[in-house]
Amino acid sequence: MKNVWTIAKKELRAYFTSPIAYVIFTVFLILVGFFFFSLINWFNSMSLQMAQNPTYYSQLNINQQVFGPLFHNMSIILLLMLPLLTMRLFSEEKKIGTEELLYTSPISVAQIILGKFVASLIVLLGMLGLTAILVVFTFLFGNPEIRPLLTGYLGLFLMGAAFIALGIFFSSLTENQIVSAILTFGSLLLFWIINWASASAAGIWKEVLNYVSILQHFDNLTQGILDTTDIVYYLSFAFFGLFLTHSVIQSRRWR
Amino acid sequence: MIAVERLTKKYGELTAVKDLSFTVEQGKIWGLLGPNAAGKTTTMRILTGFLPATDGKASVGGFDVFEQPNEVKKILGYLPEILPLYPDMTVTEYLRFIAAIKQIPAPKRKEAVAKAVKISGLESVKGRLIKNISRGFKQRVGIAQALVHDPKVIILDEPTIGLDPAQIIEIRSLIKSLRGEHTIILSTHILAEVTQTCDGVVIVNEGRLMASGSLEELTASVGQAEGAIVRVRRDTMAAAEVLRSIAGVENIRPEEDGLRVEWKSGIDPRDEIARCCLDRGFGLLEMRPLSLSIEDLYLKIVSGGTEQ
Repeated sequence: MKNVWTIAKKELRAYFTSPIAYVIFTVFLILVGFFFFSLINWFNSMSLQMAQNPTYYSQLNINQQVFGPLFHNMSIILLLMLPLLTMRLFSEEKKIGTEELLYTSPISVAQIILGKFVASLIVLLGMLGLTAILVVFTFLFGNPEIRPLLTGYLGLFLMGAAFIALGIFFSSLTENQIVSAILTFGSLLLFWIINWASASAAGIWKEVLNYVSILQHFDNLTQGILDTTDIVYYLSFAFFGLFLTHSVIQSRRWR
Repeated sequence: MIAVERLTKKYGELTAVKDLSFTVEQGKIWGLLGPNAAGKTTTMRILTGFLPATDGKASVGGFDVFEQPNEVKKILGYLPEILPLYPDMTVTEYLRFIAAIKQIPAPKRKEAVAKAVKISGLESVKGRLIKNISRGFKQRVGIAQALVHDPKVIILDEPTIGLDPAQIIEIRSLIKSLRGEHTIILSTHILAEVTQTCDGVVIVNEGRLMASGSLEELTASVGQAEGAIVRVRRDTMAAAEVLRSIAGVENIRPEEDGLRVEWKSGIDPRDEIARCCLDRGFGLLEMRPLSLSIEDLYLKIVSGGTEQ
């Protein structure tokens, strides 16, 4: 555990002593802030319009009509930004020759991978944590339900962890960071849209395609439904990504 | 301290190292000498646990490299050929990170880093970012990271490559100062590095062992003739005839760069040779001792000689 933290600290240092972390935080906050502003504006005008009509008015729900879409928008921004966060993790070590240093030190490959994973998770937590200010404002001026907010954030975190694990895997394949980012982005997008194909599929295939789709599992969480299937899906996605990374590194060295 | 037995490494069809065996005693500095692509880096990477071997055995400090890689890594410092530096860290930050991954307990890290900085002569740059220091200092940081955890064994892959002559001398004397406390293997393709720094040498070419032993052993085994290369201004062949008659001179033959004059051990007829050349009007441009026999041996091996 100590070694994992040593590697994580080194990666965090690299993120925060370079512009990477600040640029990611800033761009993420601007985009999320913009989406939030638009959604709240729209929700406000809807509330005013429907104030005269009690039937429609009772259907207005800030969780469903503001935070539901906001979480989906945030997940798309994560899909675009996390590959840029993870692309350097192994590619750079390989390129500048420091991988030889890591692999000849008395720490295991698993510890190195976990260290890098933990560092990226902390950056992800930072990104999500900073958007909590929007939630605070909503509580100050409205009365949203807390449960869908918590499960929504949990969903974003778990989804982000899965993205990061896949990003780490592609980073371990190549010393070119751009190749690593494109492969990660492409694969994530494929997992994202795979349930489109399920519309035309039938039987077991429909179920399989629905199950592997990243989006399908996210929907439940944004609605406040905490289903172990969804959590297990994201955790096993992340575990599989890290496991593949371990296999790639070991097989390359022992070939 | 280091024992390698019939080590073989294949990359697919290519055999990088074949049946390599050698041992290095504790506290000595040994050179792994060979031309480029001789298998030096591969051998070192196997010893450090970075690469597996296809066949054979290797042990460092009594630990089997393949069975107990973590034990080996704990007692080993390694400077790879490509300097493994993080350009955005300061020298001190970098060495602290190395100290942590080399398992030095947190309270002792500061002291260990300070010691490595002192030994490697990095005091003046310890607070600077690695990307902003000179090549010579980067090399020193590379060496400092190899010895920050006070390892019993240090493996240095081409430690002086890419340095200017003054830096080469500095790095060599730094390496020599580590003799005794540490067992060191360094790889090089420059013979002078071995003769000036090392106690013994393993000569490899195309992945095979060509010769190994202490410098004395190797010199003795090849045999060292006493003599000089004499270059005269004119009439080289006539001069050869005249010099042959000087007492003690055993053998004279013309070579590319002058006359190779060999004499009996214990007799030094150089005064007489000089006098003779001048008195007879041949002139004297140069007289230099014969090269070390190990140099001839190395050149013969590199240019396609046979195994010993």
